[in-house]
Amino acid sequence: MLHTFVSYVEDKPGVLTRVASLFRRLNLNIISLTVGRSERPGLSRLTLVCEASAEAGHRIRASMFKLENVIDVDDIAGAPSVTRELALIKVAATKHTRSAIFELVEVFRARIVDLAPESLLIEMTGVESKIEGLIQVLTEGDNQILEICRSGKMTMRRGHHTSRVLRAMSQTAESDPEESASQVQQAQEGAVIQPE
Amino acid sequence: MDTTNTTPSPNGHQTTPTRLTGSEILWATLVGEGVTEVFGYPGGAILPAYDALRKFPIRHILVRHEQGAAHMADGYARASGKVGVAIATSGPGATNLVTGIATAMLDSIPMVCVTGQVSSKVLGTDAFQEVDITGVTLPVTKHNFLVNRAEDLAPALRLAFQIAKSGRPGPVLVDITKDAQQATALFDFAAARPAPYRPHPMLKVEDSGLAHAAELIRGAKRPVILAGHGVLQSGAMEQLRTLAERAQIPVALTLLGLGGFPASHPLNLGMMGMHGEAWVNDAIQNADLLIACGMRFDDRVIGTPATYALKAKKIHIEVDPAEINKNIKVDVALVGDLAEVLEQLLPRISSKNQGGRDGSAWIKTIESSKGAVAVRDIKNLPDSGHLYAAHVMHDLWRITGGNAIVVTDVGQHQMWEAQYYHHEHPRTLITSGGLGTMGFALPAAIGAKIACPEKEVWVVAGDGGFQMTSPELATIVQEKLKINIAIINNGYLGMVRQWQEFFYDKNYESTPLVSPDFVKLADAHGIAGLAVRTRPDVETAVAQARSHNGAFLLNFLVEKEDSVYPMIPAGSGLHEMIRRPGKNPLIERSDD
Ligand SMILES: Cc1ncc(C[n+]2csc(CCOP(=O)(O)OP(=O)(O)O)c2C)c(N)n1
Ligand SMILES: [Mg+2]
Repeated sequence: MLHTFVSYVEDKPGVLTRVASLFRRLNLNIISLTVGRSERPGLSRLTLVCEASAEAGHRIRASMFKLENVIDVDDIAGAPSVTRELALIKVAATKHTRSAIFELVEVFRARIVDLAPESLLIEMTGVESKIEGLIQVLTEGDNQILEICRSGKMTMRRGHHTSRVLRAMSQTAESDPEESASQVQQAQEGAVIQPE
Repeated sequence: MDTTNTTPSPNGHQTTPTRLTGSEILWATLVGEGVTEVFGYPGGAILPAYDALRKFPIRHILVRHEQGAAHMADGYARASGKVGVAIATSGPGATNLVTGIATAMLDSIPMVCVTGQVSSKVLGTDAFQEVDITGVTLPVTKHNFLVNRAEDLAPALRLAFQIAKSGRPGPVLVDITKDAQQATALFDFAAARPAPYRPHPMLKVEDSGLAHAAELIRGAKRPVILAGHGVLQSGAMEQLRTLAERAQIPVALTLLGLGGFPASHPLNLGMMGMHGEAWVNDAIQNADLLIACGMRFDDRVIGTPATYALKAKKIHIEVDPAEINKNIKVDVALVGDLAEVLEQLLPRISSKNQGGRDGSAWIKTIESSKGAVAVRDIKNLPDSGHLYAAHVMHDLWRITGGNAIVVTDVGQHQMWEAQYYHHEHPRTLITSGGLGTMGFALPAAIGAKIACPEKEVWVVAGDGGFQMTSPELATIVQEKLKINIAIINNGYLGMVRQWQEFFYDKNYESTPLVSPDFVKLADAHGIAGLAVRTRPDVETAVAQARSHNGAFLLNFLVEKEDSVYPMIPAGSGLHEMIRRPGKNPLIERSDD
């Protein structure tokens, strides 16, 4: 099955290598990986999708936590969540074919972000299947696709979910480090396996 | 430089920052972390650090190969429970450490390795002796750091120590550029303290889990405790013993668990797994409950998961959440420090609530299968002029009263040691279990002796593995160490020969081995030695080695084509043991 992990990692050189190396060592293929800044200074957020057996989720998550630079790991597995991908698609287009493409773009709620004499640049955000749908109709309409750039999946749980680890960290950021660690620990003990 | 104002106390009371070079910060931080000995080998990129060494109260043991430095730090850590420290230069010095680091990683040994690195200005340019050692060691360290500024050094080193010894311990490497060693920075040991240790967020010991475990223990008729390295690492010997005695549960040990439960204890079954005694593996296969304490169901222990202890419920007490359900699916997981978890579990176990089980019947069943095997035991048979490694190990055990620290290499002799030297105390068997690194014994024994100078230390090595790191004999001499060395010399890479005998039609390809005269080799180093060929000579030779003032080497010329029995072929079930063939009167009957 597909597993989706959302993880906060330290924003330092080499951290992505460590995460990627773990999956290499577990002989798991990373299907999609997106990384970027998060709402927390110094922490990046990554969404990682891989194919593994259903039971493997626990061990993958536990192994990610063992990496020193990994602060939090959430296994989205089936929880209500929103997943999006961004795609930039460059299509060959002349004066004559443009309007047909405009129509498709409209239907798919995508946007044209660049227009050149011989090409169009489409920006589209959505779930994977929608992006694939657009690519398919473009191809079927005999449009020549020149370039595709896809961001990979980004996932966020629905509702007011925040991991208790992260909440404890932000609440105690100002207080005594010893104390905050124990609070984080308490939060971790009770919570992370079953985030609300 | 006056070290008294710059050398902080280990509890970090010093608060006045002092300006030091990176090299001085390195040593001052190690002193602050309580380090008194390091094992290393100098070179260009670590020269500034070596230049500053004499100002600090640290003993440096000069090794003969950096692999030796890593094994020594490892042996030091295994013998003492403290963090071992190895130091090497960049490039070849650093890569020579790798086997030793991997050895420590696979056995979860707390170790800090410090390597020099080329100047930060030329990093990534393939400069002379530049190797991306943090990249190379990424999968074989618990964590590693590249430090290229003097001011980052103390925090990185202190964090390295914290990581090495916390949770499931492991090796950490700190790679320090030459310019970071040469630059100066304000040093404040206390301020460099890492943030409090963040336990693995998936540690979980729930009341319901404890209750479930207690209930399974109460209801079990044929329970077995499986005790591993975690018993030693967590210091859970007392708790384990209380659990076993209170609930009258026999204890089987992994190779690295030996010593965690006294060998002479009536509930001690002995070693499990590939070369475990038949009654131990049979007890596991017939058990209705396994209580795994600080062990990870390694493939050498379970044979194959397909047929492993199918009748048993399983309780797994383990500090690393990633080990839960990895090889064997368990019914109850108590994820935390073993001693702490057992403390929580023990109040729920009382000897009274064992009513459902006639503990003694189960133990009697095991005992009876033990008796049948004991009669064929090689060491009980009359002397026929052959010298068997089993004799040597048995006599060594008897004469040393089971109290020596025995450091083994890897191969047949390692298994014979585990079978015939009965360890009463924790940290008295030092052996490479997970990686099975030949060449480990001699350097690891040096580390152990330096950690525990008052202890009797024996190396037990094969003729093959001994030659991998024998130059460390010179280190023994230079450091004036009293270490006794027993070479089990069978003229073969014996364990591989045994596999060729069993599984490759006795095609002894590349396993017969020519060796130097080990006694002369010792002599060339100024180490006394003796060759031993017959059983009656074993006792006097061991006595002579022990009483000799200085290191001593015994070259035991043992039976060449002896094999370790019983044996579970790789990938077979625990009940599919190969037993000693019956024809030879010296060896076990097949019906045993
Ligand atoms: C570094 C290394 N290389 C190869 C092996 C594979 N190996 C395991 S046991 C063994 C033979 C060891 O021979 P020896 O040291 O003479 O010990 P014996 O088995 O004869 O007691 C070999 C080659 C290993 N474990 N480690
Ligand atoms: Mg040999």
